[in-house]
Amino acid sequence: MMRVVKTIKIDVDKCNGCRSCEVICSAFHAADKYGTTNPARARIRVIREPLLDIFVPVFAGDFAPAECAGRNQYIIDGKVHDECAFCRASCPSRDVFKEPDSGLPLKCDMCEDDPPLDEPLCVKWCENDALIYEQREEEAEEAAELEEMEIGLESLVGKHGLQPVIDAIARMSTK
Amino acid sequence: MRYAETGINLEIDLSRGGIERVETDPRDTELYLGGLGTNAKILWDRVPPEVEAFSPDNLLIFSAGLLCGTPAIGCNRTIVTTISPQTLLMAFSMMGGFWAPELKYAGYDKVILRGKSPDLVYLWIHNDKVEIRDAAHLKGKGAIETAELIRQELNEPKAQVSAIGLAGENRVYFASIEQGRSSASRGGIGAVMGDKGVKAIAVRGTGDINIARPAEFIGLCDEVMDYIKFRKENPIPGVIPILSVLGSPQEMAIHDERWHTENFTWGNARTRRKGFWTEEVEKEWTETLDNARTRMISCYNCPLQCGATISMPGFPTYMMKCFSKLTYTMAAMSNLNFGLRIAQRATEYGVDAYSAPQVMAFALELYEAGILTDDDLPGLPDGNEERFFWLLDRIVRREGIGDVLANGTYWAAKAIGKGADAYAHNTIKKHEQLPLKLGMLNPVYFLMYSTGEKINITQIQGQFPQAPFPEREHREAFVKDWFQVPDDRFKQYFLDWEPRGDFSNPYYPTVEMCCDIVEWHEQMHYIDDALGMCTGLSSFHLKAPYHVHNFPKFISAGAGLDTDEAKLKQAAKRYRTLVRAINVGRGMRRKDEKPPEDHWKHRFPELEKELLDAYYRFKGWNDEGIPTTESLHELGLDYVSEEFIRRGILNGREAAPSREAVVEQASQ
Repeated sequence: MMRVVKTIKIDVDKCNGCRSCEVICSAFHAADKYGTTNPARARIRVIREPLLDIFVPVFAGDFAPAECAGRNQYIIDGKVHDECAFCRASCPSRDVFKEPDSGLPLKCDMCEDDPPLDEPLCVKWCENDALIYEQREEEAEEAAELEEMEIGLESLVGKHGLQPVIDAIARMSTK
Repeated sequence: MRYAETGINLEIDLSRGGIERVETDPRDTELYLGGLGTNAKILWDRVPPEVEAFSPDNLLIFSAGLLCGTPAIGCNRTIVTTISPQTLLMAFSMMGGFWAPELKYAGYDKVILRGKSPDLVYLWIHNDKVEIRDAAHLKGKGAIETAELIRQELNEPKAQVSAIGLAGENRVYFASIEQGRSSASRGGIGAVMGDKGVKAIAVRGTGDINIARPAEFIGLCDEVMDYIKFRKENPIPGVIPILSVLGSPQEMAIHDERWHTENFTWGNARTRRKGFWTEEVEKEWTETLDNARTRMISCYNCPLQCGATISMPGFPTYMMKCFSKLTYTMAAMSNLNFGLRIAQRATEYGVDAYSAPQVMAFALELYEAGILTDDDLPGLPDGNEERFFWLLDRIVRREGIGDVLANGTYWAAKAIGKGADAYAHNTIKKHEQLPLKLGMLNPVYFLMYSTGEKINITQIQGQFPQAPFPEREHREAFVKDWFQVPDDRFKQYFLDWEPRGDFSNPYYPTVEMCCDIVEWHEQMHYIDDALGMCTGLSSFHLKAPYHVHNFPKFISAGAGLDTDEAKLKQAAKRYRTLVRAINVGRGMRRKDEKPPEDHWKHRFPELEKELLDAYYRFKGWNDEGIPTTESLHELGLDYVSEEFIRRGILNGREAAPSREAVVEQASQ
């Protein structure tokens, strides 16, 4: 099955670290559109370590309920990048992509608007073309339809891990 | 609700360790906007002329501009204001970077430091949490190094840090405050920070900045962005590379340095090297820059790439800005390779890249002249480049002769005596200037040099071309889409301006036109400095995206102020006059308002007198450059004239021609 994916390709070599993407993202998504600016609310952030030449814009992906087991490091062109630098998840291990007030996760919505915009505003405001808007077709696996009960169980497994859920069901079945 | 600004200043009493959040009066925003404007008001109110730079009663004010933290593109500047130890006047140096917006998001417009800390400290401002923290372990560290160490120990990679290096700690009169890719360098404000015992101010903020009329404001930002794109695709033909494009300027992008290397002077602002820029030099310098430059970088919310990360073999990576690219190179009569190396060390030490190289070249000239001897410079190396490194190390530590030189050429010459005065030839108001020595007097520049209170030409010049274009057709083409002019009469001034003949310097532009042009330049800079706008998108440039016509709209839609062009000009005039009032209170008079004597070879004393007389009248100042009672009244600054009368600076009976009368005269 093919599906259309809207995404932003990131050319880290072109990023100048100005954070305009954060500015316009936070303004667009303000409760009163453009009424406030606050990069801490942005759904994109630039990981910026100028002296190490690390300039990585990352836009927010899905919420991850649990921390990763470990943080790997990648050496690219002699630069050490933390794995988290490229991760788009809002997760418990760091404070990015969370509403500063509520702590709720933030996720990029490609600037959904009515009428629709030509491209997300971070892309429009990135004058150096580090952010490139793309719509591409991707092969999607046919996902097996889940029954309602399985969806509930899956979220329990996601939260507590598989074994505790099995144990709980086992306990319940002996009662 | 407050728009664009937070309405809160942070008052820090370093002597007692007091921290206070103070709500500001919205009426002051209407009268003085913000940034430089409100800084000047605070300085006038709280730092009387008797207070010296290194007195605990001197204030050191870090202010975000009024529109910093909004989406206004390129509006990111921090305006630092205090009394300068070198000029003894008001200093208001500025820096771009990321600090000012972060301060806004933390919930403050300004940080106002008073008193002195007994021990070296740094401030940590994290939204509502503000701490004065011990900085003993940071003593002697470089400015950039300090910022990194603070971010690490706070575990706050997103904190923005302004810091001083060794020069600031040791109160060098031209010490800077460094902040990542920017610095506030002029006037020795880093020395005041060091005197107050503050090594750094770290800020992290996660709050909102409000916009009064959001949709309108974003529309204005989009227009600016579109015009930036247009200018990128349409550089201005016929002017030098840095003036043809926007930027602060884009020195890191540009390889062609013919104009700077052949028109600016080398050494102690002495030698002009025509024919210096050969193909060979161009090839060598291009290679040097290409190899050193890792990435072109920007300040907050700005697409222009005026800075770069620079890595020279054997030196840590640093971020270079603007014209420091060439100042060390030219002072030492050396090459770009040397310039980029020594600038790394100078950035960590935190010194002004205009003054520092000139002070060192001055010292070496005194040595050659026998005024300074081997006894004064024990251990001076033989090589020229080594000598510059050697002197720099001593100046920032105030070791030996370094202690004398650390006060700048003016004061050092006084201390050394033996005719050293003649070698400190390139200062205005005791402050080192760009090393420019030219032929024919340029009347517009004469006025800007003489009366500019930034005391730095690059921050006065602006949207009117620096020189006439030779061909009339070229001039006609230039004025065609020149909508930034405040009035169409400026187009005519420019159309008629010729390189030679009756309509050339120094008698054309006429005295009245010069007043008009200088007023425009100055106004733009003062507006930028209140809003926190970078001159690289505004006052410094020909055909800039920001100008007198769209600024009122930005202010009105952003900050919710009821303003228009007339009101904005009046506000800018008000705080510009207040800056002058502060300096007049400190003794600045007509005698101080002059360029270096050798700035131009051909001088015209009568014309110069006429220019200054006319400009003073135009501004509503008396013959001594003191704002008159009447003009102060017109600006709502009666409190200034009352103080001047009390101090005997004015006698209360002066009258100056009204501004309207002078403009009328100018248009005749």
